[in-house]
Amino acid sequence: MLLRRCGTDALLVEVDSLTEVAAVRAALHGLPGIEELVPAARTVLVKGSLQHVREALKDVDLTHAPATESREVTIPITYDGPDLDLVAETAKISPAEVVELHTAATYEVAFCGFAPGFGYLTGLPPQLQQPRLDSPRTKVPAGSVGIAGEFTAAYPRATPGGWRLIGRTEITLFDPKAETPALLAPGDQVRFVVA
Amino acid sequence: MSRRIRILRTGPQALVQDLGRPGHAHLGVPPSGAVDPHSLTLANRLVGNDETAAGLELLLGGLELAAETSCTVAVTGPAVEVRINGKLADSHQPLHLPPNATLTIGTPQTGLRTYLAVSGGITAAEELGSRSTDLLSGIGPDPLRDKDVLDLGAPNAANGADVVPPFHAPDTITVPVTLGPRDDWFEDAETQLRQGSWTVSDRSNRVGARLRGTVLNRRDGEIPSEGMITGAIQVPPDGQPVVFLNDHPTTGGYPVIGVVDRAHLRFLGQARPGTTVRFLPRQ
Repeated sequence: MLLRRCGTDALLVEVDSLTEVAAVRAALHGLPGIEELVPAARTVLVKGSLQHVREALKDVDLTHAPATESREVTIPITYDGPDLDLVAETAKISPAEVVELHTAATYEVAFCGFAPGFGYLTGLPPQLQQPRLDSPRTKVPAGSVGIAGEFTAAYPRATPGGWRLIGRTEITLFDPKAETPALLAPGDQVRFVVA
Repeated sequence: MSRRIRILRTGPQALVQDLGRPGHAHLGVPPSGAVDPHSLTLANRLVGNDETAAGLELLLGGLELAAETSCTVAVTGPAVEVRINGKLADSHQPLHLPPNATLTIGTPQTGLRTYLAVSGGITAAEELGSRSTDLLSGIGPDPLRDKDVLDLGAPNAANGADVVPPFHAPDTITVPVTLGPRDDWFEDAETQLRQGSWTVSDRSNRVGARLRGTVLNRRDGEIPSEGMITGAIQVPPDGQPVVFLNDHPTTGGYPVIGVVDRAHLRFLGQARPGTTVRFLPRQ
């Protein structure tokens, strides 16, 4: 674990894996005076009063993340994405098997970013771990569900994007007017079901 | 009876802003809020509002409004011409608008952003605890358009006459920077930052102040996306730094050589294209 200074009131905690990220996030979650706690791929950004942060990090067991409050979210998907055949071809399986694999797994929101409510979900079966498109789409419709590398995700709104799209969901992923605006937050458990 | 103002003309860009919505970066939501919070809180104080009340952030002034109700207003930021019913009035002090009066704000002589507070504050709907318009993710009220009508809250008792000096945006600014978190991506980051010189590009906006000038030499490659804070100096492969302002993305993959001290960020937020920027780095 490496602590990197980030301005006068923030630290970037750098670790080696998503598991370690989850462990650090859990250790810092709920500390007093923390304004932002942002897990990402290999880091956790912590901003605010850093008084208790170093102490909390001393005793972290990086090998597993203690459970924090996590919700279970089910997202219905219509698997008719424009890249479904490409994903099946790359994995050397049928599109139906892609759907089977994608719905059988349990995912966890590792971190959010890119756009409000865009959650990077880990737990993607290895056969579905595939590269991005060679050329990103200028517009990915809201609700599109895609895969890229070790992640799968649903697009909360229309943006450009290079993920391989396998389906779409009608569910609202981000509503700034709602009491809980983002459907997904780091640590949440997610399952996909056929709509 | 509801208290309202009617926008006759927005000028180049008029946004509802308060002090933003920090605390949601883990959901991918930028902090947003006034780029020059000092000027907004000052305007609020002048009209008797809480400092957290929502006002308007005007890019290069140019706004005209009609008061549908009697209200107190204050215009802050850089020096700017203000007129009530066509007659010259002052900025940087409380001004009384009788019902149906027209307020016209000119173009500031220096700087970029003018702030307008109205007694009672603008009561646009809150989203995630803030009334700020976030241009990156489209959260908060839409940018204002001509003929928009804005509701105001209940005013507090006037707190007496008060005058403050206008802000002067200089042609050259020097901003203190704390090195890191990725200064190790740069050969002698401290010297590169200290000796470099940049100008603010016209592609700057509320997401970031884009700078053009000395090329910062960095390692090739990208970092797996990591959390970004306001003030972060991101350096893309072309070596031209971008300083993140209030509507910045919450994560990014370019190395951050240093972070601009919070108290000095507003000077970058007020810097017009062409302004010279120098950094004062420290470990």
